[in-house]
Amino acid sequence: MPETMIWGDVLFSIVTFVILMLALRKFAWGPIMNMMKQREEHVASEIETAEKNRQDAEKYVEEQRQELERARDEAQSIIANAKKTSEKQGEDIIAQSRAEAERMKENALADIAREKEQAVAELREQVGSLSVMIASKIIEKELDEKEQEQLIDDYVKEAGDRL
Amino acid sequence: MDHEAPIVYDLFGIPGFHINLSNVIMLTIAAIIVFCIGYFSAKHLKMKPTGMQNMFEWVIDFIKNAINSTMDWKTGERFFGLGITIFLFILVSNMLGIPFMLVHEETHEVWWKSPTADPIITMTFAAMVIVLTHYYGIKMQGTKKYFKGFVKPFPLLLPLNIVEEFANTITLGMRLFGNLYAKEILLTLLAGVGGATILGAVGAGIPMIAWQAFSIFIGSLQAFIFLILSMVYLSHKVMDEH
Repeated sequence: MPETMIWGDVLFSIVTFVILMLALRKFAWGPIMNMMKQREEHVASEIETAEKNRQDAEKYVEEQRQELERARDEAQSIIANAKKTSEKQGEDIIAQSRAEAERMKENALADIAREKEQAVAELREQVGSLSVMIASKIIEKELDEKEQEQLIDDYVKEAGDRL
Repeated sequence: MDHEAPIVYDLFGIPGFHINLSNVIMLTIAAIIVFCIGYFSAKHLKMKPTGMQNMFEWVIDFIKNAINSTMDWKTGERFFGLGITIFLFILVSNMLGIPFMLVHEETHEVWWKSPTADPIITMTFAAMVIVLTHYYGIKMQGTKKYFKGFVKPFPLLLPLNIVEEFANTITLGMRLFGNLYAKEILLTLLAGVGGATILGAVGAGIPMIAWQAFSIFIGSLQAFIFLILSMVYLSHKVMDEH
């Protein structure tokens, strides 16, 4: 134990302490604490970003879900429309073809009638030319009146039968 | 077994200005070790801390918590540098004397020991802390409020409050000194026994190891207590008392 007060130690320990304190601040805990603060901020911002991303993702999912719903509805309506259209088209086609058939039948009937008239007209013409031929033959043969009549009757009858 | 201190009397020719060379060397070594720990921890700073940085960050958090337990962080932030220096400096000083002790054979001068086993050093630190509490008390509370603190809770306690300041200083310094001095004495005795005879070495071996382990515990505990008490005294002076 020292009997005298050792002031040198007092001074030296205080000086050492102060120097150490300043040096530690400059080189040790100062920069480390800065880094810790930085990390804190980094973590905070990361958490914030993650939170935001999560919210965005949720929003997107919700949007996608709505989109899907809409697409499904649309598809449904398209299918329904197509069904309706096709039904209508089928009916139309049937109606059209029915009308067509009707028309064709009428046409055919009209054709038949026309052909018949034509045939009658042709016949008439033929009858005329036949009459002329008969007349000329009669004239050529110089038949008597009775025979002539007989002949005409025959021809007429013949023509009548033919019709 | 009477150990002397390597004191240089009248340093630089100044009368009465003596210096203990052992303390000078040991304080310097302690300061260098503390600085190296801090410096190498902060050398390669990374966002993801590894190794030394991790350890030092733990120390920083530890000091922060200690300060937080005595005052709010807004007030305590300025004392962080003081706190971490007190803690690490005293801790390393306490540890220095544990592994061995160097004594000059002829003069019996102790060269290597814990500097905190010297009352002058511990009292210096204690006085420094108490002076700082008064300084910050005046600075942060104002002179009027500072002096009012001495007559609280009622004026009759003024002498007691003044005595308390000195008592605080002495207990703060002497607690640290007493613990460390006891540690050194017992280590010296055990080493003396162990070095004397072969039987002594066998007998003292296990107590030596046990006491060294306990010394590590004491050293850490006393450093922590010194830190906490410093902060408590500071908070008494700088915080509004409720």
